[in-house]
Amino acid sequence: MDGAAPLFRMEGISKRYGGVRALEKADLTVTAGSIHAILGENGAGKSTLIKVMAGVVAPDEGAMSLDGREVTFASPAAANQAGIVCIFQELSLIPELSVADNIVISDPPKRFGMIDRKAQRRIAEEALARAGASDIHPRALVKDLPLSRRQMVEIAKALARKPRILILDEATSALTAADVAKVFAVLKRLRSEGLALLYISHRMNEIAELADHCTVFRNGRNVASYPAGSKSDNEVVELMIGREYSHIFPPKPVGASAATPVLEARNLSWADRLDNISLSVRAGEVVGLGGLDGQGQRELLLAFFGVLRGLRGEVLIDGKPVSIASPTAASHGRVGMALIPEDRKTEGLMLPMTVRENLSFAALDRLSKAGIIDRAAEQRLIDDMVGLLAIKTAGLDIPVGALSGGNQQKVVIAKWLMRQPRIILLNDPTRGIDVGTKQELYQLMRKLADAGAAILFYSTDYDELIGCCDRVLVLYDGAIKRELVGEGITEHALIATALNIHGDDRRTGLGGKA
Amino acid sequence: MKDWRYWLAEERGTLLAFGIFIVMFAIYSANHPAGFTANVVQTAANKGVLLAFVAMAQTLVVITAGIDLSVGMIFTLTNCMASWLVVGTGLETVFGVLAVLGTGLICGAVNGAIVIYGRLQPIVATIATGAVFFGLALLLRPVPGGSVNEDLADFLTGRFFGVVPASLLALLVIVLIVWVPFSRSELGRAAYAAGSSETAAYMSGVPIRRGKFLAYTLAGLLAAIGGLFLTFFTYTGEAAYASGNAYTLFSIAAVVLGGVSLFGGKGSAIGAIFGALAFRTIGDLLFVFDFDPLWQPLFQGVILLIAVSLGAFALFRVRNRLEWFL
Repeated sequence: MDGAAPLFRMEGISKRYGGVRALEKADLTVTAGSIHAILGENGAGKSTLIKVMAGVVAPDEGAMSLDGREVTFASPAAANQAGIVCIFQELSLIPELSVADNIVISDPPKRFGMIDRKAQRRIAEEALARAGASDIHPRALVKDLPLSRRQMVEIAKALARKPRILILDEATSALTAADVAKVFAVLKRLRSEGLALLYISHRMNEIAELADHCTVFRNGRNVASYPAGSKSDNEVVELMIGREYSHIFPPKPVGASAATPVLEARNLSWADRLDNISLSVRAGEVVGLGGLDGQGQRELLLAFFGVLRGLRGEVLIDGKPVSIASPTAASHGRVGMALIPEDRKTEGLMLPMTVRENLSFAALDRLSKAGIIDRAAEQRLIDDMVGLLAIKTAGLDIPVGALSGGNQQKVVIAKWLMRQPRIILLNDPTRGIDVGTKQELYQLMRKLADAGAAILFYSTDYDELIGCCDRVLVLYDGAIKRELVGEGITEHALIATALNIHGDDRRTGLGGKA
Repeated sequence: MKDWRYWLAEERGTLLAFGIFIVMFAIYSANHPAGFTANVVQTAANKGVLLAFVAMAQTLVVITAGIDLSVGMIFTLTNCMASWLVVGTGLETVFGVLAVLGTGLICGAVNGAIVIYGRLQPIVATIATGAVFFGLALLLRPVPGGSVNEDLADFLTGRFFGVVPASLLALLVIVLIVWVPFSRSELGRAAYAAGSSETAAYMSGVPIRRGKFLAYTLAGLLAAIGGLFLTFFTYTGEAAYASGNAYTLFSIAAVVLGGVSLFGGKGSAIGAIFGALAFRTIGDLLFVFDFDPLWQPLFQGVILLIAVSLGAFALFRVRNRLEWFL
């Protein structure tokens, strides 16, 4: 490490999305020849920070400088030009093109104005070799590769651009242990070649192994910067916690429910995303799913709801094994399940259609006689729901897209409540809605549980899990790592388990620091 | 080592279209009263290349995950124009050809500008511009008529060395100077990338807009070349609404037959050319077997349905995954 002068600096960067502040006067300094780890829990602003660096989003305020000169990036291409290359969490590969096409995509080698395919092949082979992935054929189509191979191509693609600053956002999340070891060797070599690397990972042991320097983000601000190894894992977790508690939660019932489990899973596995999951939810119980975003929580809910194919293991309803082949099967008959999806705009609502139509979609079979909708019965049920959920709308016959986010979410929930489901799966239902509506949803959730529903509730907001749930199951890497009950549901326990600090990381085989 | 396998996978759609065409054409010429003669080939080629040009045009747009419902109307408009302009002395004729091709480029560029910069859906935008192009064609030729430089027309629709149809050679030349450079250029790849995954392409700093714009513009050019050849074959210009629309729809069929994915990002104009030739042969087949012309559309439809389903089976196998739902 020779660079005392910073290679890249961000000062006072702020970014808002609508009313939500993603970054609030954040600072970051990056030096050449070092690996800089960025830590923070879900929604702390890490992703926005690197999107700003990589030219994907423009900051509302603040300045960036490279080599001491002020810079702004209008597009990812401009950031690439300046030598900042990002490996995004969501893959940026083009599925129908070949590996070689993808590696050179931003600046293909040219001869007489046309792409020089021989040179392209050479560059691709070199880059793949540098990334330690020479087993991948340059002519293979990206869409035919498994996820872990795609991620290696992504890394090779970044290296082919000869970056000065390389940003890795959860770049190892889909890799096998052997690949992680290779990637680490590559990253260390790049560091010795004088690159600056920004490393974002939720795997504490990876950070311990790689990083020279760490910065912790919370609520869109950088709250601490320290040399790697100078703080214990517990201290780091303390730094990551500490948001204002602004939610009001309904009281929980005292004592565990003695009812028989309504929904049970035994050794549920799917592809490489769900790993041997067993759980049970009783009537009257709110069970939370915790953990970092993307550890298999969504897949678990989808598995219960009959969306995934090739599921292994057993699902039991009222103690009896069932096979649920589709959302229709999940919501009908004796199963009586409802899933409140995460993305209400695409999976929950038909935005241009009216509030009335959206509300009755899921219950049409119950409301119709011989295929004809009983309008009076429909109206009664809709009136009940609008009243129960206090949906604020100018009328039932306006497009649902005209409602506010919170009220749209209420419509999605009401739509499923019209079937009077016994099992309710909630996939991060409070994302992007206002605090007032959130509180109403917490109350509603408890009311439904008290009325006998079994509720499985995934949230990326730890406060919600603490405030609403009787039990919380923390997922890591597709498996349940820990069950927290009652008073044991604390932010510290949630985050520590989410980061898998207590226990070793079997996938990397690098040994976790306890 | 295993390179040929990858090549095979890449070219599967094109090879399939080629195979379908060869089989159909073999059956056709074997049953033709005159047999496999230069005359039969020439007639077939002249009919086939018209759709081939329009199908190439459609391919460029479909690759970007768009669709161009105005290609048939550009084809009609340029036909009407050519019947006015591609006449007279050599110099006048050259000017006329350039004007016709320039018009095609402008039509394509207008489509591209509306779709890319105006952010309208390609399907709606090109229905509208197609109507405009047809309106202009109608103004140029309220009734069929006009003429064309017959020397040039006969030269380009005749035969070289007594056997090779000139129109096929012209098609080959256009492939070499338009399609090959496009498919190997950076912007051509950008068009593919945009069609396959626009977000990923944007994240990778690919010039999406310029790539798509080029695709739409060249599509206009190719449709105009088709219109020019129509004039060479018929010696007249006609603002025929039904024919224009038929070419648009047939071009989509030809593109799909040729292994070009309507979801974008995949396929080649070469495949679409064979798709077009195969599609034309379907009609001719019914002719040599003495089918009542009344049956022709029905059989053409059935055969097309079968051919298109062949390609769709693979799709079912690949897409049986979670992403299908999300």
